[in-house]
Amino acid sequence: MKYIDEFRNSELARKVLKEIHDLADEPVRIMEICGGHTHVIFKYGIEKMIPPQVELIHGPGCPVCVTPLERVDLAIDLAWRDNVIFTTFADMIRVPGSKSSLQREKARGADIRMVYSSLDALDLARDNPDRPVVFFAIGFETTAPTNAMSVLLAREQGLDNYSIFSNHVTVPVAVRAILDSPDVRLDAFIAPGHVSLVTGSRMYEFMADDYGKPVVVSGFEPLDIMQSIAMILRQRREGRCQVENQYIRAVTPQGNPLAQQVVERVLEPCDMRWRGLGLIPGSGLKVRPEFSAHDAEHRFDIGSLPELEDPKACDCGNILRGAKMPWDCRVFGKGCTPEHPIGACMVSSEGACAAYYNYGRHNLAPR
Amino acid sequence: MNDRIRKPAAKEVLLAHGSGGRDMHQLVEGLIVPRLDNPLLAALEDQACLEINGVQLAFTTDSYVVDPIFFPGGDIGSLSVHGTVNDLAMSGARPLYLSLALILEEGFPMADLERLLESIAGAARENAVQVVTGDTKVVHRNSADKIFINTSGVGLLEGPRIPGAVGVRPGDKVLLSGSLGDHGMTILSLREGFRFDSPLASDSAGLWPLVEAMQKAAGGSIRAMRDPTRGGLATTLNEIAARSRVGIRLEEAEIPVNESVRGACEILGLDPLYVANEGKLVAFVGPEGADALLEALRGHPLGAGARCIGTVVEDDRHQVILQTAFGGSRIVDMLSGDPLPRIC
Amino acid sequence: MCLAIPARVTAIDGMMATVEVAGVSRKASIHMLDDVREGEYLLIHAGFALSKVNEEEARETLRILEQMGGLDEGSLG
Repeated sequence: MKYIDEFRNSELARKVLKEIHDLADEPVRIMEICGGHTHVIFKYGIEKMIPPQVELIHGPGCPVCVTPLERVDLAIDLAWRDNVIFTTFADMIRVPGSKSSLQREKARGADIRMVYSSLDALDLARDNPDRPVVFFAIGFETTAPTNAMSVLLAREQGLDNYSIFSNHVTVPVAVRAILDSPDVRLDAFIAPGHVSLVTGSRMYEFMADDYGKPVVVSGFEPLDIMQSIAMILRQRREGRCQVENQYIRAVTPQGNPLAQQVVERVLEPCDMRWRGLGLIPGSGLKVRPEFSAHDAEHRFDIGSLPELEDPKACDCGNILRGAKMPWDCRVFGKGCTPEHPIGACMVSSEGACAAYYNYGRHNLAPR
Repeated sequence: MNDRIRKPAAKEVLLAHGSGGRDMHQLVEGLIVPRLDNPLLAALEDQACLEINGVQLAFTTDSYVVDPIFFPGGDIGSLSVHGTVNDLAMSGARPLYLSLALILEEGFPMADLERLLESIAGAARENAVQVVTGDTKVVHRNSADKIFINTSGVGLLEGPRIPGAVGVRPGDKVLLSGSLGDHGMTILSLREGFRFDSPLASDSAGLWPLVEAMQKAAGGSIRAMRDPTRGGLATTLNEIAARSRVGIRLEEAEIPVNESVRGACEILGLDPLYVANEGKLVAFVGPEGADALLEALRGHPLGAGARCIGTVVEDDRHQVILQTAFGGSRIVDMLSGDPLPRIC
Repeated sequence: MCLAIPARVTAIDGMMATVEVAGVSRKASIHMLDDVREGEYLLIHAGFALSKVNEEEARETLRILEQMGGLDEGSLG
């Protein structure tokens, strides 16, 4: 597969690995922000390939993991509203709310359908004009334009029965919150390559300028991640502190202006609670009043939501910020497993805890 | 991986309980088996081996609920023959007779039924089995999804039974008869919400000829054989590892996957190791017989893509570990529920 | 986040393109890209194209990777 297989080449892997070994001297803690990167790191066993002094800390960039309990509960509520067809990415179907999950409610008879794209949800809206179709719109800046676009298309095509339940979160505000945390020690960052397709690599400059942390924007193949690690180590070796772009075949400094405009048109910043991290002001996106007809929270007259706390045993907040590792949590692998997740980090296959549990248990050696 | 199997925690049956993975195991081993308690069942192989007046028979049953009912490479009819034939074949028994029970939804088109029956008849002929008894039920509209089929099968053990999971030991080789994921990805490509166009086709096929050839070549070396259906190869390997109390080490570079299955899995974020197959077998064989058995597999069109994909090792944690082509390794765990596409 | 796959454009119909990966085809929106041509590779996320894949830059990255790990080696031999 073009542009995929070449970046999984094992010979090149050996070369980059040697480069990393040559450049790694003192211990360094690198956070990969994006859950998609976490997934790749575990899928290819990258953590065990790199020298032990290079430590990878898994960040909170998993929109599935960080959707707060009360919003999962609201999704379930919406799914049961009269005649609603509730559509969602499959990623969300097993996430537990305070009492149940979309999967459980589907088993009970709620009309919940998994889709690959919001375009599929629009098709359902077109084919079922008498039924409200709600789309569970989650995601970071990668997915926000696609969800926003679906609203524009719904308006353009007169699909009045279509609305989105907006649960968008944004990267920079959350990263700032992590960098401002006193108990977190991170030396550098691997930045999300697909968020950056939209936002551009310039967005991360504040991390280098204000916090003195090198950042490399990385693609999602294993060679991309390894090259990004090498680039970080080289920056440190050479005393540089910059935002570099490893993913040059797809990411530009300015990003995708059309996609940015679509987001700007349909969505606006708002405060958002993150599961495990609590309220981060300005870290979310909601539907602008102009498009309220396609905003499920407006359409179904949703007021303010209770702020539900995570179960006491849950240590996700610390793990998401990189302050603790999964095995530091009392319930990791015991009460909290992928089948019965208690907290955010276990609910999605790219949450740090789920990743360690599913892929890395055989080498669980706390460093 | 040696937790005592507990009853399912869920208060209701979920789709995941039928997906072939961990949840289904909990249901079967935690709820069903304890109630029916007998040594033949407790072995939990894909078939039961019965001895009646000195004659060794294999007996199995399977139900088919696939949707859509027609797909490239087969349909629910041919699938219902192949699946049950294969369950018998995996023990080394020659499949002979099937029962055929149909549950039809009111309103199901007669033309579709005829087409399926043609398909069943054709599959039975090709696989040298006879449908000797059956049953037909019709339920109200919406009480069943178009058609459900159950087939039970009886086969004859002409030689020694393939021992099953208990026979597997460190040093054994793991042989796979061909490419992974063809059936599951074909079905997914036709499902609402995930549709895509592709040259994919189900690999649905009866595997007795492969087993027969293997038995002739080096039957004594075959420790266990399974057809990795729902839950994929990963689930089957984990089942064997747990039951045999061994570990398994896989070489990703040796595992065959068709290009279009790879493409579909990339788009949807799925792992071919967890996707259902309906015309493949995985065999655990003594190292001395591995070459001969591989040759026997490759000598037949259904096994042309056969490879040795791994080795059995000692491992108290009974883990299945994959050495990736890239260089690193990861655990291949039992599935939790259905493999689901993702965008994240 | 975020799964996005490089896929080749095989047909264009207004604001939708048919894209293909290893023989598997789907329609994807190209509303957010300018000037898409057949044969180009696009990064597709959740059914929408968000960016093009730049062939030259891809080759450049591979070239950089090829060069790695050799400098400190015993190339004296």
